[in-house]
Amino acid sequence: MLPWTIYSSFAGALVLLAWPRRWAGAARGVALGFALAGAVCGVWGGLAYRPSGELLTLVRAPWVPALGLEYFLAVDGLNLPLVWLTGLAAVAGILFSWNVTEQPRAFFALYLALIGGVYGVFLSFDLFLLFFFYEVAIIPKYFLIARWGSTRREYGAMKLALYSFAGSALVFLGVLALYVKAAGGNAPPLDLAALARRDYDPGFQRWVFPLFFVGFGVLAGLWPLHTWAPTGHVAAPTAASMLLAGVVMKLGAYGALRAGVALFPSGVAAWQGVFLALAVTGIVYGGLVALVQKDFKFVIGYSSVSHMGFVLLGLVTLNPLGLGGAVLQMVSHGLIAGLLFAVVGRMVYDRTHTRQLDELTGLRLARRLPFAAATFVLAGMASMGLPGFSGFVAELSVLVGAWEAQPTAAVVTGAGIVVGAAYIWRALQKAFASEPLPDAPGSAAPAPLEPITLPERLGAGLLLAATVALGLFPGLVMDYILPSARVLLEAWHAGGPR
Amino acid sequence: MNTAQFFELLKLAGPEALITLTALAALLVDLMVMPGAPLRARRGIATLLTMVGCVAAGLYLVRVPVQAAVVGGLFAVDALTQLVKLGLVGLTGLTAALSYEADYTDHVGEHFALLLLATVGLMVMASAADLVLVFLGLELAGLSLYPLVALNKASPRATEAALKYFFFGALAAAFTLFGFSFLYGLTGTTNLAGIATALHGRGPDPLLAVAVGMSLVGFGFKVAAVPFHLWAPDAYQGAPTPVAALIASGSKLAGFFLLGRFVALTLPEAPGANTAGAAPGWVPVVAALALASMVAGNLAALAQRDFKRLLAYSAVAHAGYLLLAVLALSGAVHRSAAFAALVYYGMTYALAGLGAFAAASHLERRAGDAALDRLVGLGRRAPWVAGGLAVFLLSLAGLPPLAGFPAKFYVFAAALESGPAAGLPFWLVVAALGLSPVGFYYYLRVLKLAWVVAEDSTATPATSESDPAAAGRPIETAVMLLAAAGVVLLGVFPEWLLGPLRAAIQQAGW
Repeated sequence: MLPWTIYSSFAGALVLLAWPRRWAGAARGVALGFALAGAVCGVWGGLAYRPSGELLTLVRAPWVPALGLEYFLAVDGLNLPLVWLTGLAAVAGILFSWNVTEQPRAFFALYLALIGGVYGVFLSFDLFLLFFFYEVAIIPKYFLIARWGSTRREYGAMKLALYSFAGSALVFLGVLALYVKAAGGNAPPLDLAALARRDYDPGFQRWVFPLFFVGFGVLAGLWPLHTWAPTGHVAAPTAASMLLAGVVMKLGAYGALRAGVALFPSGVAAWQGVFLALAVTGIVYGGLVALVQKDFKFVIGYSSVSHMGFVLLGLVTLNPLGLGGAVLQMVSHGLIAGLLFAVVGRMVYDRTHTRQLDELTGLRLARRLPFAAATFVLAGMASMGLPGFSGFVAELSVLVGAWEAQPTAAVVTGAGIVVGAAYIWRALQKAFASEPLPDAPGSAAPAPLEPITLPERLGAGLLLAATVALGLFPGLVMDYILPSARVLLEAWHAGGPR
Repeated sequence: MNTAQFFELLKLAGPEALITLTALAALLVDLMVMPGAPLRARRGIATLLTMVGCVAAGLYLVRVPVQAAVVGGLFAVDALTQLVKLGLVGLTGLTAALSYEADYTDHVGEHFALLLLATVGLMVMASAADLVLVFLGLELAGLSLYPLVALNKASPRATEAALKYFFFGALAAAFTLFGFSFLYGLTGTTNLAGIATALHGRGPDPLLAVAVGMSLVGFGFKVAAVPFHLWAPDAYQGAPTPVAALIASGSKLAGFFLLGRFVALTLPEAPGANTAGAAPGWVPVVAALALASMVAGNLAALAQRDFKRLLAYSAVAHAGYLLLAVLALSGAVHRSAAFAALVYYGMTYALAGLGAFAAASHLERRAGDAALDRLVGLGRRAPWVAGGLAVFLLSLAGLPPLAGFPAKFYVFAAALESGPAAGLPFWLVVAALGLSPVGFYYYLRVLKLAWVVAEDSTATPATSESDPAAAGRPIETAVMLLAAAGVVLLGVFPEWLLGPLRAAIQQAGW
């Protein structure tokens, strides 16, 4: 069942490419159908997996026997929640792009191709296959932003594509190194499950681990290589920024976990200090920069950098709680960032045609778009990490994990959380909660704004419900994540000295 | 050579014979039967004949099984050469289909005959087992391609391109011949395997260094490696597009295959190899060429304003990547993998390059030249052409699910396997990967022009939707679709080519 998440997305892309022009208006419905099918396949298929920490092989067949490459899809507790997240984000993204009228067929075809690539990365257990899907996702990203985006879209799209590709070049070198190291044996050289049990000599790990961690980390917003993220998010159309922040950045983090952290324990140990410092810097720096943005979307863009810092921090803590927290934070941030971008890009910008916080101040949005305001308040609370929302559990787990690894890092990160509360407050106050001065221009009888549509309500409700559910019952996914995180760490210790 | 041997040779060289006969037929039919007929009809007949000949040769290559054999010490035939020739014949077939739209010349018969003769030259290059035959193949291909480049007599640019191509080619040929004469002088034989035997166990020798270096110049010219690439941008830009397509695809594939065979057969253990671990003498030379080609090709491509020139510089860059595979041939252990990587990369590159030139020919017909600005609006005007262009360029950039991605992986892996962990090949692969974002940038910039940049409504010439040239000619589009399908399928199922390739290499005994 689970592999059909990939197939249905790519099938949807092909169907939409061949969709007759006459019925272009129905394209969004078709896309929604395929995205729903993917999400249902993901949930349904995932229920077959018992949270034991073990690996469940879905498909395993020779793909390129000449090179020993396999078509190997599998699921464990670390990627299953991400598959669920992808399904949710894909459906919500389509609901929030219900108003795309410019070439909808191409838009949704690229959108589904991107989703297919994302599912592929999460489910692949052959490193070459993972990398294959990872790179498949680059091109749809570029065209979605460059053609349907807004502010400086060509620049933002090119920057994003080049950063991703440059990161991939590092990963490519790492993949080659592993391939050459394993070549000649009878076993498939890039089987991730087997590689995780292999014990590489520390010298090798020391130079290969950073290739993977930095190469994938570029896409996860690793400071200081994060600069593509704010510009790319801001330039992207709403659905694309929801996907970018919601799931595409997770591709990077997941790759860093599966092909970096999981394979090279001594590599992680050797580089732990450096990457802890970078992650913490990303958290604090992203928050501080978000605090001074004039553009509402840039606030959210930089907040993504800050929150992804938690993921990267959790990945290098070397303990199950930190690792599990990192995965939970991926899911949590996927939901919350999707919501925030939906409010800013779709609910506010598409109606007011401005994202400047100063201009929004005069528009009394709290009264005119109460649904948007309420959604932003809830999403903002989740983003700040208030209890009852998914962000709280995730960031707390990461913090505790980080404290075990390096107390200083946890302390500095705590400051980052305060900044995180501050920039959300500021944006909330400027965009929604302030009244214009009585004599300010534009305050007199503004044109009515289009009311919030049903698809928007549905999409927002979906994401909100998920983040609250995870906040109240983190066990829903933590029960899957933690056993697998433990298995991963035990494999390290079994594999020899750290 | 007695009669039995002659028949044996005829049987083994059957595909070459078929193509030669087709060339003669194309020439004769055009001169004897069709004088006075409209040009389009003449081109149609010639295209048809050429395609028939290519299909016949292809069927021959597929159907007639061969045992690895070297006829008279001259002409080597094995499963691998047949596979490469199949690729060459296929590329020529596609080029001939593109040539149906070659409305710039009334020398129809000559055009197609030269195209086919060039192919014969390329096929001979693939099979040559003797220095004399190597040279003959190189020259037959070269001497057929020079006039083809010049065939558009109305265009001064084509004439300039042909002259440049010819002068550089003649110079390179002289160098090669000079090197070959040294090889002969040192060993007393012109047979490639014989030379290897005679050179075996020889110490470092300045004469041998001269011989190897000079010989490599000719190959470097053929594959457009820096610093012998100077003809390429002008020839690619000035040449009629179908001809440029053949130069970029078939000629490149044959050139690299010959180079690979030459270094693997003739120089397996060149100077210094008797000291354990020392690299054969040609390795540093090829490594330098590879690095220079990657750097110069990628960086120069950034600055191009003309699509065909951009393709030329990208071809130079790809020559650098292919030279990595040649380099990998030096490691005796993984030679079969290196050969497979070389041929796989060469074939997939040729397919994508040919497709890209088909797109260029679409541009040229509409606007007179292939300046990059002409691409603006292509996505709207001719979505099929623009879609094909996207497939070809992204494959050249090495993105999945296209053929360039496994090709790159395989070549780099072969190069890494051939050397020590942090040796020369490793740093060349690092350089290649470091330069790949540069390549990605200029390919993506082309696609941005074609798909993203909005048309300036005032500057567009009066081309409405009714313009028949706007949407692309059916044959050209068909060629692009065929090539695009090949690139996509080989990207998703690399095994379809890699499998037969590995089997052929094993059968050929590499």
